[in-house]
Amino acid sequence: MDTVADLDALKHRLRKLGNKLALGFALLMVITPALFVMFWMLSLAFKNEIDNIAYPPVWIPNPPTLANYQQVFERSPFGRYTINSVIVSGSATLIGLLLGVPAAYGIAKGKAMGMGMLIMVARITPGLSYLIPLFTLFRFLRLTGTLAPVAITHLVITIPMIVWVMISFFEDIHPELEEAALVDGCSIWRAFVSVSLPLARPGIAVAAILAFIQSWNNFIFGAVLAGRETRTLPVAVFNSMTYEQLSWGPLAAAALIVTLPTLLLTIFVQRHIVTGLAAGAVKG
Amino acid sequence: MRSWLDHVPRPLRAALPGRHGYSRRQTYILFLLPALVVIFAVIIFPWLFTIWMSLNDWQMGMQRAFIGPANFQNLATNTRFLETIPRTLFFTVLGVIAPLVLGVFAAEVFHQQFPLRGLLRGIFVMPMMTTPVAIALIFIMMYHPQLGVLNYLLSLVGIPPQLWIYDKNTVIPALVLVETWQWTPLVMLIVLGGLAALPTEPYESAVIDGASYWDMFRYITLPLVTPFLMVALIIRTIDALKSFDIIFVMTQGGPGTASETINIYLYLQAFSFFNIGHASAVVIVFFVIILALALILLAARERLRWTQ
Repeated sequence: MDTVADLDALKHRLRKLGNKLALGFALLMVITPALFVMFWMLSLAFKNEIDNIAYPPVWIPNPPTLANYQQVFERSPFGRYTINSVIVSGSATLIGLLLGVPAAYGIAKGKAMGMGMLIMVARITPGLSYLIPLFTLFRFLRLTGTLAPVAITHLVITIPMIVWVMISFFEDIHPELEEAALVDGCSIWRAFVSVSLPLARPGIAVAAILAFIQSWNNFIFGAVLAGRETRTLPVAVFNSMTYEQLSWGPLAAAALIVTLPTLLLTIFVQRHIVTGLAAGAVKG
Repeated sequence: MRSWLDHVPRPLRAALPGRHGYSRRQTYILFLLPALVVIFAVIIFPWLFTIWMSLNDWQMGMQRAFIGPANFQNLATNTRFLETIPRTLFFTVLGVIAPLVLGVFAAEVFHQQFPLRGLLRGIFVMPMMTTPVAIALIFIMMYHPQLGVLNYLLSLVGIPPQLWIYDKNTVIPALVLVETWQWTPLVMLIVLGGLAALPTEPYESAVIDGASYWDMFRYITLPLVTPFLMVALIIRTIDALKSFDIIFVMTQGGPGTASETINIYLYLQAFSFFNIGHASAVVIVFFVIILALALILLAARERLRWTQ
């Protein structure tokens, strides 16, 4: 038996174990903040008021209660606000697709990246700077108090997002397929509708979901443009904080209601998030 | 949507190679038109309005008067506004560095092989998709000086309770913490994409040469991943400068004006005091600051590309 070789093998195994432990520890450090905040939101949303303000804190709701949700829906028309949010984000996403998908196709095929830059300006400009003129305009047109202004301004969010995601999807489609259609006498429009569009379907789904999430999360447009009846969910949540007695359970429940749909949708697009949020810059 | 070319018989079309390509490109531009019209209405109109209004003295409901550059002269001497600039830059520097450092670390972790990696990465990414208003609310409760869970956790390791967003000295770092919680995943994803594209040869020879893990990270990974870091840096800088939801929901610029960034000041002027002229001038100054920083970073990125 060669003891030196034995010792070396032991060292090697110890080292491997050490590396594994270090990785596990690093992973724990990285993942804990995300998990903890989510856990705490759940915990607050399902505990009664006494447990919520207990010190030291009560970690697990025992027994879990739905009273907080009941309060949220009783104190303000939260159902109405949910519908508002669905209408605003839904229509902004649909119109965004109708306008943005052909635009992205034009940019990708026509190599019109300059046009793309113009749309990119929308991402750089702070949202508030659109709001001053648009708020004035909508007041002049007497549109304030309807959902239309909120939905229209959300196009500023959805169109650039959809265009940027779709450009990279259209660029990845093999040009020969379209070329073949064109040689067979298709018009460019027909080649777009019957060749490129079906091929880009996964991209369209990703673009739509990312645009919807961004629009759903938006607070400032609704905060400025919406009236009492036309609030979107983030605005309603903010208002419930300022106007009501600050009780933590219902607040956390409201926060959970707003953010849950985005989390569910994220599961579908996890892999493509970078394309959506960083595409232009990564490629440029 | 048909171009004139569709009416030209096909054999003839082949005879027009140059014009053929040109006109097809024109047709592609037509695809852009509807979106451009809307973008024009929702972006260009507001810009023209803003530039015009910045030269006027107008409070909503009052008489409007053309006053030339007086709004800008006023801004140059307005202490409350001037103080928002270094404050915003401070917030931005912290809000860029923290997610960048943590994001690179997290990307290194997720670049390794381990069981359940996809699931854990999914959980790690979730914060960036959550609604900022909702997250701000949860953090307000966690930051509560007497009952908040964070002070309790600190007490477990013997650190005295903090005032977080309720003290003018800690409010900005406390807000940056929320921003970092939400946006580190974006940096991680960008850097992870960079790591996935790295060649393996340098690492293999480094291992043979007996390089330590840190050496490999410092001398191989970091330089190779720098272009991706620059992208993350630019995106984070722009987003941190524009940050609004979290600050507005958590402090509305307080305590006092300790967390009043340019964006918050802009909101208050426009929609609490309805000083449209004054606020429009702020928009223009703000945009120039963002654009200048973005261009400086883009130029730095170009230079980096040439020297490598």
